Amino acid sequence: MGIKMETKNLSIYYKNYKALNSVSLPIKENAVTALIGPSGCGKTTFLRSLNRMIEVIEGARIEGNVLLDGKNIYDPEVDPVELRKKVGMVFQKPNPFPMSIFDNVAYGPRIHGVKKKPLLEEIVEKSLKAAALWDEVKDRLYESALGLSGGQQQRLVIARVLAVEPQVILMDEPASALDPISTAKLEDLIEQLKEKYTIVIVTHNMQQAARISDYTAFFLNGELVEYDETRIIFTTPKEKRTEDYITGRFG
Amino acid sequence: MRSSFRRELELLQNSILKMGSMVADALDNAMTALKQRDMELAQRVIAEDDKIDALELEIEQKSLSLIALQQPMAGDLRFLGTALKIITDLERIGDNALSLAKVTINLGNQPFIKPLIDLPRMAEICQKMIRDNLQAFVNRDHELAVKTAELDHEIDHLYNQIFRELLVLMGEDPRNIRQSTYLLLAARHLERIGDHATNISEWIVYMVTGNRVDLNK
Repeated sequence: MGIKMETKNLSIYYKNYKALNSVSLPIKENAVTALIGPSGCGKTTFLRSLNRMIEVIEGARIEGNVLLDGKNIYDPEVDPVELRKKVGMVFQKPNPFPMSIFDNVAYGPRIHGVKKKPLLEEIVEKSLKAAALWDEVKDRLYESALGLSGGQQQRLVIARVLAVEPQVILMDEPASALDPISTAKLEDLIEQLKEKYTIVIVTHNMQQAARISDYTAFFLNGELVEYDETRIIFTTPKEKRTEDYITGRFG
Repeated sequence: MRSSFRRELELLQNSILKMGSMVADALDNAMTALKQRDMELAQRVIAEDDKIDALELEIEQKSLSLIALQQPMAGDLRFLGTALKIITDLERIGDNALSLAKVTINLGNQPFIKPLIDLPRMAEICQKMIRDNLQAFVNRDHELAVKTAELDHEIDHLYNQIFRELLVLMGEDPRNIRQSTYLLLAARHLERIGDHATNISEWIVYMVTGNRVDLNK
């Protein structure tokens, strides 16, 4: 399996506070990488550095490199908007725009210059199908997205990300606001998506990380403590700090 | 939540220790019964086996419900996996002790055709393997587990020695065949106990290190 993204000695500061300390981590292609660790460990900071969302935060400063297909995404000639098309993001709370289901999904392609209705229709259908939402919404595409359930909204947001044909999808606790059935649907979806995309997911739910990810990285106090195949992390972790965290002996 | 889980794991460990010591006692009593032709004691070993089986079921249920309710990971998961595996071996050791008690009953009060030396020696080593394994289990001591498994070589050696000796006795006088067969069965039960104890050692190594090893070489 190839390496899609990679960080090299990545450190991130919020003003004087060092939130991430020299993290070097590969993100394998067509696989799900889970980032786990207690609150404030740096996993979300790490995730946001992968599509330069971190730059939006005032006072954030970056050291080290983040490579996408071997090229540094913080290179001055890289356009952040183009980058975020390739590296899409799904947040904890579903954030559909206050417009129709169709317009939500068509939003990205329109921004990137797709105007023709038949083509937009094709993209919307394809994206909703890929997000396992099509069957549930195909008869009400022009109704408001805000009328969907939380689980449907989250899949809509994923469809919106898929519509701009990303290569990497970052997910920040995408299931934490969902009920168990919606969570199961989302987990199935993630499993399917990895065939075409590379996925990085932050989750507080370790059973979820164990269920859906291929690789797991454990962060603590801004450091990467251990990274390995998920199977190994959850059965025979090498670091005692990892063991203590995942067995709940922490602190 | 997690601290109650810790307590449950401790209780489970205590139950396994209890089962282990019940099994070790069963073996001890079965061997004493054979040496002293104590039918009553042999009957007691047979009766007590139901209690061992009941405890095995209890531990099994408890382990499965902890897996379902607490989603154990890493060391906790290996502990529960090990618990589920070693209780099977302990239960089989109990069955072997029971079979040994049945040999005593079948032999009746007929005088021995030879003094019992190697059989009690085998039982002693089995006893040591069971008890050392329990200690290795509690102390998470994989080195002790490896050392314990090595004792099985001695058991196998004694078994082969008994086998040859009884073969000679049977060849010498056909009247020896009946008792020799029972004594050979007794030796066989003890030899199996050594193998089960070796399995337990292997699981303890897994529990501590995460590596599955073959100690039966």
